[in-house]
Amino acid sequence: MSFLTLTSLQKSFGPVQVVKDFNMSIEKGEFISFLGPSGCGKTTVLRMIAGFETPSGGAITIDGKSQQNLRPNQRNIGMVFQAYALFPNMNVAENVAFGLKVAGRPKAEIDARVKEMLGLIKLDHLADRYPYQMSGGQQQRVALARALAPKPQVLLLDEPLSALDAKIRVSLREEIRQIQQQLGITTVFVTHDQEEALSISDRIVVMNAGKADQIGKPADIYNRPATRFVAGFVGTLNLIEAKVVDPAANRISIGDQGVTLREPLGNAKAGDTVSLALRPEAGSIAPDAKGDTALTGEVVSSNFLGSVIRTRMKVGESIISFDMFNSPGLVPPTVGETVTLRFTAGDLLVIRD
Amino acid sequence: MKKFWAWGALIFGLLYFILPLIGMTNFSLKMRRGVYSLDAYAVVLGDPRFQQTFTYSILMALATIVFGVLLVVPTAYWVRLKLPGLRPYIEFVTLLPLVIPAIVIVFGYIRLYNTSSWLPLTGSITGTNILLMFGYATLALPYMYRSVDTGLRSIDIATLTEAAQSLGAGWTTILAKIILPNVLVAVLSGAFLTFAIVIGEFTMAALLNRPAFGPYMQLLGANRAYEPAALAVMSFALTWGCLGLIQLVSRFQKGAQSAT
Ligand SMILES: Nc1ncnc2c1ncn2[C@@H]1O[C@H](COP(=O)(O)OP(=O)(O)OP(=O)(O)O)[C@@H](O)[C@H]1O
Ligand SMILES: [Mg+2]
Repeated sequence: MSFLTLTSLQKSFGPVQVVKDFNMSIEKGEFISFLGPSGCGKTTVLRMIAGFETPSGGAITIDGKSQQNLRPNQRNIGMVFQAYALFPNMNVAENVAFGLKVAGRPKAEIDARVKEMLGLIKLDHLADRYPYQMSGGQQQRVALARALAPKPQVLLLDEPLSALDAKIRVSLREEIRQIQQQLGITTVFVTHDQEEALSISDRIVVMNAGKADQIGKPADIYNRPATRFVAGFVGTLNLIEAKVVDPAANRISIGDQGVTLREPLGNAKAGDTVSLALRPEAGSIAPDAKGDTALTGEVVSSNFLGSVIRTRMKVGESIISFDMFNSPGLVPPTVGETVTLRFTAGDLLVIRD
Repeated sequence: MKKFWAWGALIFGLLYFILPLIGMTNFSLKMRRGVYSLDAYAVVLGDPRFQQTFTYSILMALATIVFGVLLVVPTAYWVRLKLPGLRPYIEFVTLLPLVIPAIVIVFGYIRLYNTSSWLPLTGSITGTNILLMFGYATLALPYMYRSVDTGLRSIDIATLTEAAQSLGAGWTTILAKIILPNVLVAVLSGAFLTFAIVIGEFTMAALLNRPAFGPYMQLLGANRAYEPAALAVMSFALTWGCLGLIQLVSRFQKGAQSAT
């Protein structure tokens, strides 16, 4: 039995069904990210786990215990909010101590735990500061310590980094992950930033319109997107329309160029159209490449993005982007030039919806 | 030219307000013939009835403030948190005491709670005191509610409430430890206004026949010459002191907020 289970969870606001049949089993100590576009229901699922919203249907259990009739303050859950939500009238130490005081722990224990928590977030020296005297990053670390202090069963974070600037965002997400692993606490992290989700999660749930489209390890989500939506949302992906030529031999054609896939085409028939996905970083330019795993096209644009140069070329009706690592000697393709992109058969994924 | 008129209006306004005050203060100092003296003040302060009524009114004011805070803070908080759609209506209700004369309210009270009613509050002194406190709280409601509501607007009560809940806090803890401390400045300014209203209130105290400061001022005014002037100057000073404290407190709050 998993530690935290969500079973056909549903939520409607009036006539609008915001969460539809959401299923998920989370193991103890796992770090799960909910990834999805704005409005897909990530916060709503999180708030149902925390008890702030009542599900319209379905069940939530933590450690085998149904959470159905528990009010938010009866659940053993720590929560970190996007807007920090530190208590403005309390200093850092008092904020961290709040949950323990409410639980009626003895003073000596509270003091020790507060000290331990402040050490964990490396803010021992700011114990007497008030929230308005601290930076956003510091406030969010205090919010994390405050949520963790009462030793919750589950930690929920709702876009905790989106109010911070880019540098802090990266360092703080690593800090969160490191603390999470150190404490072994079961964590659900909501974000709409795919890089964030890919870099720190054990597993990612890609959400689309109130449902979990795909649940998997970061590498699987990135390399083997299960749906067109996941493919499009995670990473920059080329979606290519291709014609099936010979289903038995996995042969298709893009424009008038034949390609052999590694993946079987399932029950597609000759003449059907299939969607293929190709990552921009998968291929490389090879002027003399020939055969089944190369595509030739005309360059329509070439953009310098810093570490990479992204080139778009036209093959048949499709536009295919590919990246080249920048190096001092590299001569980027020019618009109008004809180039050949080589890849391996396994790079072209068949998208089934 | 524009400036001239602006200054003119300002000076006219100041004279309009200050001249009577100066006149009154001047008069209150003239009890001893021919010289300025504080005799009138000494007489007033030495009068045991002054001490009694003033103490009574201060105690009533404090009770009213405590009752008002306990009534208004949870109500305003709950309305903002759970019933935001009702805010205009609640606000309307809290403004009613401004348009309904105190005499109407107190007659209503007397009719409802007289000795032959189901809840004979006017039958005992304690009961009447409680009734008077309710009346005062009603009179102070518009000011108390507005200042607390404004105070609540400046913090994100929804998220703070959820943060506290997820840490295990129940409603009482949330109100006492999170909400009240964060609107304390607003509560204080409401409290000072309540204080000023209660100290000067006449109608309710007189009709309920309680020994309050307002009726005492009235009584003195009807029978003496210099002492009422002295009393008026003192109660003015008290009211202005309250207003000054509100200013001070809200400036203090602004200082704290601008630091964020
Ligand atoms: N209390 C509510 N009443 C009505 N509709 C709501 C309520 N809360 C959320 N919704 C709707 O539910 C949908 C999902 O909202 P939710 O906040 O879960 O999205 P999200 O995935 O967290 O988005 P974001 O990334 O923007 O935070 C939205 O369309 C939103 O308008
Ligand atoms: Mg959200």
